[in-house]
Amino acid sequence: MSDMRPLVEPRRRGGTGAAGAPHLVSAPVGKPDDSAHIAAVRLTKSYRKAGMEIPVLRGVDLEVRRGEFLSIIGQSGSGKSTLLHLLGLLDAPDSGEVQLGGQRIDNLPMHKRDWIRNQELGMIFQFYHLLPELTALENVLSPLLISEGIFSYFRNRRRHVQRATELLEQVGLGHRLKHRPSELSGGEMQRAAIARALAAQPQVLLADEPTGNLDSETGREILRILRTLNDQQNVTIIMVTHDRAIAAEADRTVRLARGSMEVA
Amino acid sequence: MYTLFLCWRYLRTRWIALASVVSVMLGVATMIVVNGVMEGFTREMQGRIHGILSDVVFEANNLEGFPDAAGHMRRIEELAGPYIAGMTPTVALPGQLAFEVDGQWQTRHVSFIGVDTTTYGEVSDFNRYLRHPQSRKHLDFTLHEGGYDLVEGEPDTLKNSGWPHRRQKAVTGAAKSAVALPTAVAKAEQPPPDEVVIRDGYRYRRVRQAPQPGEVVAALRNPFEPLNNAPQFDPSKDTGTGVVLGLGLARVASADGKKFLVLPGDDVKVTVPTATVPPKPSSDTFTVVDLYESGMSEYDANFIFMPLAKLQEMRGMIDRQSGIANVTAIQIKLHNDADGEHVRNLLREAFPGGYYSVHTWRDKQGPLLAAVGMQTVILNILLGMIILVAGFGIFASFCMIVAEKRRDIGILKSLGASSAGVMSIFLSYGLSLGIVGAGAGMLIGLVFIANIQWIADLIARLTGQEVFDPTIYYFQEIPTVVEPLTVLVIVTVAIAIAVQASVIPALMASFLKPVEALRNE
Ligand SMILES: Nc1ncnc2c1ncn2[C@@H]1O[C@H](COP(=O)(O)OP(=O)(O)OP(=O)(O)O)[C@@H](O)[C@H]1O
Ligand SMILES: [Mg+2]
Repeated sequence: MSDMRPLVEPRRRGGTGAAGAPHLVSAPVGKPDDSAHIAAVRLTKSYRKAGMEIPVLRGVDLEVRRGEFLSIIGQSGSGKSTLLHLLGLLDAPDSGEVQLGGQRIDNLPMHKRDWIRNQELGMIFQFYHLLPELTALENVLSPLLISEGIFSYFRNRRRHVQRATELLEQVGLGHRLKHRPSELSGGEMQRAAIARALAAQPQVLLADEPTGNLDSETGREILRILRTLNDQQNVTIIMVTHDRAIAAEADRTVRLARGSMEVA
Repeated sequence: MYTLFLCWRYLRTRWIALASVVSVMLGVATMIVVNGVMEGFTREMQGRIHGILSDVVFEANNLEGFPDAAGHMRRIEELAGPYIAGMTPTVALPGQLAFEVDGQWQTRHVSFIGVDTTTYGEVSDFNRYLRHPQSRKHLDFTLHEGGYDLVEGEPDTLKNSGWPHRRQKAVTGAAKSAVALPTAVAKAEQPPPDEVVIRDGYRYRRVRQAPQPGEVVAALRNPFEPLNNAPQFDPSKDTGTGVVLGLGLARVASADGKKFLVLPGDDVKVTVPTATVPPKPSSDTFTVVDLYESGMSEYDANFIFMPLAKLQEMRGMIDRQSGIANVTAIQIKLHNDADGEHVRNLLREAFPGGYYSVHTWRDKQGPLLAAVGMQTVILNILLGMIILVAGFGIFASFCMIVAEKRRDIGILKSLGASSAGVMSIFLSYGLSLGIVGAGAGMLIGLVFIANIQWIADLIARLTGQEVFDPTIYYFQEIPTVVEPLTVLVIVTVAIAIAVQASVIPALMASFLKPVEALRNE
């Protein structure tokens, strides 16, 4: 991975990503700038189980600057995944706000939230979550497939395939394009998942224990890819992890405990 | 875009779902076959019924009939003229027919139909069931010089029947009758044989070498005028009045093929009751001139056709003073687009119900057609159930697929797929299964229908049991009609059921919360 080329070409400002969501104003490139890129404001979330209310998040405040690489640590069950799901608009908070580029996004209409998930946020999971029926290449293409209609997809197909291929080559999977997830190793799957998360050129990457299921050497490789992304493309990264050593690779580490943030 | 893409992928990788498609396919295929055969059967039956019965039958409720057919026809013309294409008077009369088989006389109870040779062919399709090409063009009740058409399985004897058969029989008959027959027949017959010859006002002489139709027609039109050049009845040159028998009477089928009991050229004895009170038998010798097969066994074994004037005369329906003859019915042919029931109702209003009755040909065979229609409906309901069951199969397998694909649905949503998009993956999946199933079913059904005879023959050969016994159903071939509209409806309904079955699983998928789908590992 030492000869890694840039993962993402410098983001075209006001390009595809912002076109559908004009209210999301992107700040100029610059490492790390002071404005909060993605933020949680007094987020609370509790689950109801057998009539009992289990509070998981009790007012989480978090600000991540543009281009920052943040890691979140915390005990198992402390609500790290819950928080990440809220930030990724996969779930709705009981109260509080999720902000992107200074704008509240958790209360947007459904189709806008779908759009943000597709265009602005990239997600990586511990269990890779690739679609088993699709090849590595098709998995990487899937965010592009989702955002395109039939006709525009076929018009742009060549460009999309080229981009997906490049992404896979950059994560070192150029020789595995036609492989199904079941034919890939854990590390390869996670790399394919990263390529997929980057397909629509999002500015925020949310990673939930991306190395949790991998041996430490493979985990390091994944981390290096994320590090390079952050360094070269200025992608804002929030990474949840158990591993203090992994967390130490990030610019900043916070700890989630008893439902709120602490400095680690 | 992803909708179609993923739907296609699931279709390709989930062969299990295609299993439920098999029952859609079978349901559609059987439905198309059953409807094709039922429709073919119905059309065939209707054609046959209609072939003998005219569009509308106007008839007297008794055997005496009504006088002045011309007057009645004028009145009918006044009432429903615009709808009517043609009319012909007929007389129907029960009676007995005796014919000789292997030296034994056989008597049958039958119905005689007297038809007007000039107009009957215009009103009824009856002529096309006749076996001689010339009779089919115009039925004049004259005997032909051979050339009768055969159908498969019939012995050649029919082909050269007619005059050659008659002459042949006259030669052998003369030799035989010298020994035994004359006395036996003479005793059995009401009028002695020589009297038959004297009463040749009812006969016409037929010159073998040069038949003259004009002469024949004249004789039929005026049966009271004896032909002076026919002093002797010579069976090798003369015939009785012509009759046409149905094959239900004239032919028997046994294990070793079909056999004719009576052939054109044979003489038969006809006995009908006279119109006097009490009725007396009135008998005469007729010559079979042709055979018909309408395919309705009920008709073919019962109806015997002869010239109208001859039947009226035998029955004594002709008024001696005025010369006006009674008829029992007027057969009415309508224009193609005319509504038979409307005409029937018009006539029913105008003529007293107690004395006349008016029916359309459908009314006449209503119960049979209704029974066939009922069967079709019941079969369609049952087969529809099969497709419905297939729908539940699709529903079940879809629920399983959605449950199995929970995680993938979560992933798609985390990648920005909308609920509607996820839903449409499964809807188009259902649609594809429906199209595949119904399409394959349609193909199988149509191919089956196209080769149904071959398949029936194959089954017959394998089981040794005739599937459609032609002697019962009178079908040489299984009749089928493929109605494009029916096929379209069946296919559409099947596809709709498949889509319906996928609606609930698709909704389940679209309501799935991404976190829940992603959480449990
Ligand atoms: N759907 C749910 N219903 C009830 N309780 C839930 C639900 N989802 C999560 N929880 C609870 O919320 C708490 C936080 O869960 P979460 O998955 O966010 O923890 P985590 O920090 O990600 O743990 P880990 O490090 O093991 O992944 C846990 O106690 C869990 O039991
Ligand atoms: Mg977790």
